[in-house]
Amino acid sequence: MTAPPLHLAVALDAAGWHPAAWRAEDARPADLFRAEYWADLVTEAERGLLDFVTFEDALGVQSAAFHRPDDRVDQVRGSLDAVLLAARVAPLTTHIGLVPTANLTHTEPFHVSTGLATLDYASTGRAGLRPQIASRAADADHFGRRTTPRLTDEDVRDPERIGRRLSPLFDEAADAVEVVRRLWDSWEDDAEIRDAATGRFIDRDKIHHIDFEGEHFSVRGPAIIPRPPQGQPPVMSLAHASVPYEFAARAADAVWITPHDRAGAEAVLAQVDTAVRRTGRDTRARPLLRFAEVLVFLDAEPGAAARRKARLDDLDGAPLASDAEVFTGTPGELADLLLDWREAGLDGFRLRPGALPHDLVGITRGLVPELQRRGAFRTAYDATTLRGHLRLPRPGSRYARAS
Amino acid sequence: MSGPETTGRKQIHLAAQLPGIHNVTVWSDPRSRSQIAFESFRHLARTAERGRFDFFFLAEGLRLREHKGQLYDLDVVGRPENLTQLSALAAVTTRLGLAATVNATFNEPYEVARRLATLDHLSGGRAAWNVVTSFDAFTGENFRRGGFLAESDRYARAAEFLATARELWDSWAEGDVRADAAAGAFVRPGAGRFAHHGEHFAVSGRFTTPRPPQGHPVVIQAGESGPGREFAAAEADVVFSKYNRLDQARAFYRDVKSRLARYGRTPDQLKILPTATVVVADSDAEAAAYADEITRAQVSPQTAIAHLEAVWGRDLSGYDPDGPLPDIDPAPDAQMLKGHSLFRRDRDEIARGWRALAEERQLSIRDLVIEVSGGQTFVGAPGTVADAIDHFVQTGGADGFVLVPHLTPGGLDDFVDRVVPLLQEKGVFRRDYTGPTLRDHLGLRHEPAPAPVPKETP
Ligand SMILES: Cc1cc2nc3c(=O)[nH]c(=O)nc-3n(C[C@H](O)[C@H](O)[C@H](O)COP(=O)(O)O)c2cc1C
Repeated sequence: MTAPPLHLAVALDAAGWHPAAWRAEDARPADLFRAEYWADLVTEAERGLLDFVTFEDALGVQSAAFHRPDDRVDQVRGSLDAVLLAARVAPLTTHIGLVPTANLTHTEPFHVSTGLATLDYASTGRAGLRPQIASRAADADHFGRRTTPRLTDEDVRDPERIGRRLSPLFDEAADAVEVVRRLWDSWEDDAEIRDAATGRFIDRDKIHHIDFEGEHFSVRGPAIIPRPPQGQPPVMSLAHASVPYEFAARAADAVWITPHDRAGAEAVLAQVDTAVRRTGRDTRARPLLRFAEVLVFLDAEPGAAARRKARLDDLDGAPLASDAEVFTGTPGELADLLLDWREAGLDGFRLRPGALPHDLVGITRGLVPELQRRGAFRTAYDATTLRGHLRLPRPGSRYARAS
Repeated sequence: MSGPETTGRKQIHLAAQLPGIHNVTVWSDPRSRSQIAFESFRHLARTAERGRFDFFFLAEGLRLREHKGQLYDLDVVGRPENLTQLSALAAVTTRLGLAATVNATFNEPYEVARRLATLDHLSGGRAAWNVVTSFDAFTGENFRRGGFLAESDRYARAAEFLATARELWDSWAEGDVRADAAAGAFVRPGAGRFAHHGEHFAVSGRFTTPRPPQGHPVVIQAGESGPGREFAAAEADVVFSKYNRLDQARAFYRDVKSRLARYGRTPDQLKILPTATVVVADSDAEAAAYADEITRAQVSPQTAIAHLEAVWGRDLSGYDPDGPLPDIDPAPDAQMLKGHSLFRRDRDEIARGWRALAEERQLSIRDLVIEVSGGQTFVGAPGTVADAIDHFVQTGGADGFVLVPHLTPGGLDDFVDRVVPLLQEKGVFRRDYTGPTLRDHLGLRHEPAPAPVPKETP
């Protein structure tokens, strides 16, 4: 029996995931806030037939510290809104999924829902949502409406501790995702009728108030935009500990995890399974895809990727630190690693290019052909929507009455 | 042929809007396509750009309207989120300005400033923001903040919201992104630092998004109340209005422009653009007949009754739309149509006016609603329309118009193909864009960055 093809995504972030990547030779640091830069990256990813690209984002300026701002000026600081960035490249591409990060702690779920539905229309069914909570207390000051837990240096050494300290925010975010999805469902697929005889543009019986009442907020609905092409754009979340695994089990269609080897992947997936059981989710009815993350430096010549990373480490003044496994090597070696880890029960990978565009091109023109040769990756897109690529069924509206 | 520079005549500014809700869109027309598919927006925006329009504008409504306690099903409803949609449209246009309506009551300045700065970056300096306030708690039910603000507080919050957004845009100076790889300097120290402590907002920290290409995205205002006009005079680059009859338009124009001096501004720093509709055909007579047809499609018998109910505050479904007005009086308190701004004040007065008009002219319910809906603004052969638009602008009624076509998405095609060339021949409309940004199109200066003072790190 042959395994189903891998799902492969690339995580786009500024000049790449190495903090000194913007100083690499082929980097374009002056273009990071220009649309052309992002268009070039996403079209390259699409040339590589990847399932989707993700766009990182946060409500605060980047920092070397997880939990608080720093004052470094030798790393990329500054970013654009990821939903708008994804929309900006949508008309320039035709197949690849576009998954922006959106914050759910300080924003209105109503706006997030409408924005993602709009992206789904503009991309004709290629939008996904990566919900994020605001883990930095400083972000709350940008809004001035509330405070959030302030993580200590001790907290951030242990993902389990972070998860526990932030668990109220995860609960709230799960409510927000629920609101986002209900709003997507609030128009049944065929609510627009254009019935000239009665003068009615819509069938009001097919558009529903969502009447969400939660601990933190209530939202009446319905949406102001019809149901998006995918019904519900897939929701995907990054998770490192039990509380966020449980968030993924409640709220997500895919979870991204950060193991460091195959055994680690097995261990984390067991924890994800536990979280799924705790939440009572039936994954046959609502599949939860499992992706692992790897931060990659790729060069065809053996040893070159490691040397390149070492040069960037030197420029930055410290070896690269990451929550995810850092890989340096050839496309063949990376293919070996991915196919080995997959045995733990993974559906795919979200790869973080160490430096852009270099390591993206390494993925699209090195890794992808290598995986194709091994029969582990598609040789052409066979779907046009992100759900199609991920083999996730299109859900019906929860409000549609069986009649 | 003389160019615009030599004629000495006022230059016309044109914007286009994709019609949504209300009853402008004639969706029953076989040429009418989706109100929500990206393709519709692409077509209209590209047509506007082909016609060298200043900008493309999207309205916003954050709750579906309700009539007699149910969703109002005669509305053309369903619209995208403005900033996301305009960002996608930035990919399929190169010069056209992109104007988003974004409510200042149900958003927070940090997020809106960031998203507008992003749109300005991703469009190369073409972003604009129509700052609106909401008038009811009905819309607030969709938001965490909930509730709503009293009329007097709405513009106070909006003004502080805008001031805060400007502080955020100013928190990065020009050149704060150094991107100097050799020196290892990506940003200037302290870039993005801000602190604002006021009546409505107490925010501080570091803004994530470098200074937008235009300095500040263009600011638009569309309120008509006294406080709204004052806010426009003090803060806005563009004002929308609904006054598209020349006499009313001139009064509004004079009033708003006269307020500018108080804020140390000159009249050309604020462009006034009424909403207008256009019906063009080969001859004036054909256009008049077509305009009549459009208007009757916009005000269906059901729509006519619904409009009357909104003013009367009563169920009038038993009345004949082709018959006379009801002899019963309006209900004092009932709000039949929720989420509609038109009838929020003076319903009794409106009703008295309508009754008088109907009696004087012997109008049926439907004819009355057609009459008070205003019909089409400019109707005629291409030359007639071009002359009328030019006359309107040259005689102090407006600086230009926001055109709302009745057909999605092809409703602007005729205007661009047949009327725009005539305006260009008259020397009152550009033949090509003279600059890349919306501020260039509008003849507004780029907002200069504040002097780059060395910023302390606290
Ligand atoms: C031409 C025009 C367009 C408008 N577009 C919008 C809109 O898209 N969304 C909205 O919420 N309000 C819109 N408004 C309403 C006003 O911006 C304003 O919020 C409302 O009229 C109340 O303000 P006021 O009391 O000053 O009149 C529009 C008004 C006009 C005249």
